[in-house]
Amino acid sequence: MQLRPILSTLRHHKLTSILLTLQVAFTCAIVCNVVFMVAKRVERASVATGIVENELSVIHSSGIEKNENKQARNQADLAALRAIPGVTSVAAVSYSLPLNHNSSSRGVCPDQASLQRAMQQRSADGTSCMTPSIYDGTPGLIDTLGLHLVAGRRFQPDDYVVGMGHTPAVAIISSALARRLYPNQSALGKDMYLGHSVIRVVGIVETLLRPSLRDPGTEGDSMLWPQLPDLSGVTYLLRSAPGDRRRVLEAAEAALLKVSASRLIDPRRVQTYTQIRHDYFQRDTTMIGLLVASASGLLFVTALGIAGLANFWVQQRWRSIGIRRAVGATRGDILRYFQGENFLIVGAGIVLGGVLAVLLNLLLMAHYELPRLPLWYLPIGAAVLWVLGQLSVLSPARRAARVPPVAAMRSA
Amino acid sequence: MVGYYIHMAARSLRRNPVLTGLMVLAIGLGIGASMTMVTVLHVMTDDPLPGRSAQLYTPHIDPLPLDYKQDGGGPDASDNLTWPDAMALLTARRATRQAAMAGGNLLLRPDRAGVRPFYVAGRYTSADFFTMFGVPFVHGGGWSAADDAAGAQVVVLTETVARKLFGTADAVGRTVRLGEHDYRLVGVTTDWAPKPLFYADNVGNQYSDADQFFLPFSVAVNQDLQVSGNQSGWGKDESASKRSDTTTWLQFWVQLDTPAQVAAYRQYLVDYSAQQKGLGRFQRPPANAKLYSLMGWLAHENLVPTDVRLQLWLALGFLFVCMVNIVALLLAKFLRRSGEISVRRALGARRRDIFVQFGVESALIGVAGGALGLAVAQLGLWSIRQRPDDYARLAQMDASMLLGTLMLAVLASMLAGLLPAWRACRVPPALQLKAM
Repeated sequence: MQLRPILSTLRHHKLTSILLTLQVAFTCAIVCNVVFMVAKRVERASVATGIVENELSVIHSSGIEKNENKQARNQADLAALRAIPGVTSVAAVSYSLPLNHNSSSRGVCPDQASLQRAMQQRSADGTSCMTPSIYDGTPGLIDTLGLHLVAGRRFQPDDYVVGMGHTPAVAIISSALARRLYPNQSALGKDMYLGHSVIRVVGIVETLLRPSLRDPGTEGDSMLWPQLPDLSGVTYLLRSAPGDRRRVLEAAEAALLKVSASRLIDPRRVQTYTQIRHDYFQRDTTMIGLLVASASGLLFVTALGIAGLANFWVQQRWRSIGIRRAVGATRGDILRYFQGENFLIVGAGIVLGGVLAVLLNLLLMAHYELPRLPLWYLPIGAAVLWVLGQLSVLSPARRAARVPPVAAMRSA
Repeated sequence: MVGYYIHMAARSLRRNPVLTGLMVLAIGLGIGASMTMVTVLHVMTDDPLPGRSAQLYTPHIDPLPLDYKQDGGGPDASDNLTWPDAMALLTARRATRQAAMAGGNLLLRPDRAGVRPFYVAGRYTSADFFTMFGVPFVHGGGWSAADDAAGAQVVVLTETVARKLFGTADAVGRTVRLGEHDYRLVGVTTDWAPKPLFYADNVGNQYSDADQFFLPFSVAVNQDLQVSGNQSGWGKDESASKRSDTTTWLQFWVQLDTPAQVAAYRQYLVDYSAQQKGLGRFQRPPANAKLYSLMGWLAHENLVPTDVRLQLWLALGFLFVCMVNIVALLLAKFLRRSGEISVRRALGARRRDIFVQFGVESALIGVAGGALGLAVAQLGLWSIRQRPDDYARLAQMDASMLLGTLMLAVLASMLAGLLPAWRACRVPPALQLKAM
């Protein structure tokens, strides 16, 4: 390929070439960061909860009778729900479920010494104490949620205490919490210290996500307590075949009102677990859509810009192309000339764009808590833009290659 | 002359319909995306109480102990006031008007057959609330300071709730059963809700929340009613009551009419903090006491989600790339007409004439792009209204935004045309003629 004529032509159109280079550079910088943000959001929104999401239905009921016997009510409600055809398992919790935002958490320490330190400095910072989320619930919760018990045992009837005012003596914890609380040793049978109580770990479940994912790195820190819900509001969980869930929810609402009408059932809190998950990540899915749309928009505009400009240049150089053809240049030479010119401009844009992408990423890191852009995004972004540039210049370059040598004779 | 330029510009644009379409499309998309997000940000940061906001202030004092550790993601414990501090500010009456307040959810039990009980969100507050914020009443009115002091069982409802409860808004004097107690209805307001609900504790729904009832906050304290919003305590006693001096849960707003009053109130807050420090109740410097104006408070609370800001920057970045694109295309287009420019210049056109001619052509692209941008922005706002976020329903364009969109489009395209037009008007007359 002859670079000399290309370079001298570009020198002739300095300003226009610089502008096109700039456009490619900015597109490269923005698209690299946007794709990175999309990847981060997709990663966030596809986190595993550890429960059988597509088999669960959730219904919340709040009692309006002041002196209601909550235990008797829960028993009666659960019996009625269990009788619904298609329901394989039911359980009640106070309010916490993975990804439903309603979290209750307590500081727990792996040993007495770190508890003392944490109490002294009024914070768990710098100690080996954690603040995992607590899931209470009735017997059968583990099987209703479909949790995978990897070690230890389930709760036994005499493990259970009533209401949040009482702390149980045993707990089942997530394997993530087990690893963080007792690194390099088995958590099973260990004692956890919190306030004035000691809780023994009797079981470990594989995964159990928290109700809200606020602090990075602690998303899986959770524990199950054998603690019966005892509030006026209660959340019931029903497990059934995925296709049955709509029908089960309708039947559940009717069944609960039949047991007792002195309750409120907010229609917005009668939902499948799939909806709960969807609601939690709704902002992320919106953002993913917007990011993808703007990245494609940018690439589209840039491709059109390259094609438009190349078209212009072909028209402008009609006569000089004719002269080159007349003095012996082949069609392939002309085609390669335009392709080479595009390759150079896009190449310069990509080099500049790589630098800009890193700068933009630094800016985003400072203001939007975005992690560092992995550098392997840059060569991929470069390759995409090169291909895009070649594709958009193809049609104008072909037109140029078809210019007959006789054009040299005609006036422009 | 301008008419002639417009005619020429239209001819030139028609000569390359694809290129013209491309430029209009680029500017339309860029402007549309940007104006969608600018509009969202505009409605989210708009003045919630036009005409009154300039006189409204919220005092903040710092009662926290020195060793209190702020939980990173949690709410600031000193954002709200404790009950003793709120009562002190209320009884000092140093402002034209002042009111303490907190939010609450109560179960409303209608007396009418066929209406099931339902939860309503409302506010526990004091007498000046209604006059200070200019709450419009349909029937009756607010309660008096004497009612506050006596803990009178009175309630104010909004029109919608009153109709649901009694079938009519004209129900002053009737009895309302809220939670476990009966209250006498003294006033019915219109369905009034500033956007955002600036006086409410920051719990994330200020753009969609509205108060449906109002009760004296002395009643809420006496009857220990449920309080929503942030309640932060740092006392040793875990069962902190509402009257505790180590639990913050009340918001406070004052009306100050003159700059002198504002300065005096600011000084009063520092003096009060110093006095409390002298008594051993406060530990932190009295200068921590602050007085925020309404708009200053909203800026401090920063209600706009980071995602929305990010979307705005994304849209502006998109517009910027579109503009660079248009500059390049216009430059190529104008310079290709060097021959035509030379002829015009040789025939006596001044540089300025050439410049204006190409400026008009860029502006024409801007007008077309602006029209397309408006359509794109309406589409964008429609899609934002479909989001379940609490600000979504506010995403509407007003007349000023409509005009702003068109102006921005024309401005952007003229800016983009500036460099190409300047280059074009510097084409020398004779040189190009030779080449023809």
